[in-house]
Amino acid sequence: MKRFYLMLGALTLALGAMLVYLLKTNPSAPRAANQAPAAVVDDGFRGYTLGSDSAPVEVTEYGDFECPACAGFAVIQMPTIKEQLIVPGKVRWRYRDYPLPMHPYSRLAAHAAQCAGEQGKFWEMHDQLFMNHSWAQTGKNPTGLFRDLARAIGLDLARYGACMESGRYAARIEFSREEGEQRLVNGTPTFYINGKMYTGRNNSDAFKAAIDSAAAALRR
Amino acid sequence: MRTRQAIALLALVGFFVALYLWLHQIGVGGELKCGTGGCDTVQASPWAQQLGIPVAFYGVVGYAAILAVALVGLQPAWLERRGPILLIAALATGGVLFSAWLTYLELFVIHAICRWCVTSAVIMAAIWLVSLAGLRTPVPRTDP
Repeated sequence: MKRFYLMLGALTLALGAMLVYLLKTNPSAPRAANQAPAAVVDDGFRGYTLGSDSAPVEVTEYGDFECPACAGFAVIQMPTIKEQLIVPGKVRWRYRDYPLPMHPYSRLAAHAAQCAGEQGKFWEMHDQLFMNHSWAQTGKNPTGLFRDLARAIGLDLARYGACMESGRYAARIEFSREEGEQRLVNGTPTFYINGKMYTGRNNSDAFKAAIDSAAAALRR
Repeated sequence: MRTRQAIALLALVGFFVALYLWLHQIGVGGELKCGTGGCDTVQASPWAQQLGIPVAFYGVVGYAAILAVALVGLQPAWLERRGPILLIAALATGGVLFSAWLTYLELFVIHAICRWCVTSAVIMAAIWLVSLAGLRTPVPRTDP
């Protein structure tokens, strides 16, 4: 019996030490990807688009991946907008990053989406980040979750990891935010329809009406 | 006696596995060490909380209870009674059913596997099997 208690004590110590090791060696979010860069350079990139290049109307969305309203819009309204407006070629949708300062991981999420875009899967990552939005409510470092999402959409994880560590798109994201600031974006999501700020309701019916109206204005 | 000792050791390992997952869920530490698994996907899913309590916390309490009962069952006054092994079997049955449901969610609903959760499920299943074996073993009697 004494030997059993010795074994129990030793196992407790070993497992306790392992727990402390596991908790202490957790990496933080890649710093370069999660902060504004010192210098902002225009690389000519103006956002990923969805829909036909010849669509008469273009909607530009300034969004923040950590913003609940953006997630609500992406999950609830966007499927209908895609089906009724984007797929039939009535509108082209452009996504621009506008990370809000109060969100600790929105730049990291935007960077994850850019790294997915590097492998041709920006919109897949965009959808994953919004559909699995509970990460934005926990306040916990979502680096591991984003990696899981990258795996789920079939990214080359070695390339994704290197991209995140490099922070190579941080300047692009900041450029997009500054562009939004110049266009008087004052919250997320903010939309522009053919360059004009949209102030209507954020639902698919209102968008359909506004886009039809913009298309009609072009025909006149 | 060996049965209860084995259960105590298994419950201790399970307790630390659940403790790690629970500490992560309440924000202690950052990324889960998960190899190629989908631990963060599982932990960030809506099923990671039940009745407003992190699922891993149920594991912490469950393993602690099994460990405590096993240790009490090893005391001379309890060694010849069937009560502790019956209680462990009941707790482990609940644990196995709960683990099976969580594994089903991982496989068919969340579509991600958390290696730590699978480890916990395997430990709970082992405790359950050992406790069933303990139930079949006649309690030794010492005549006065």
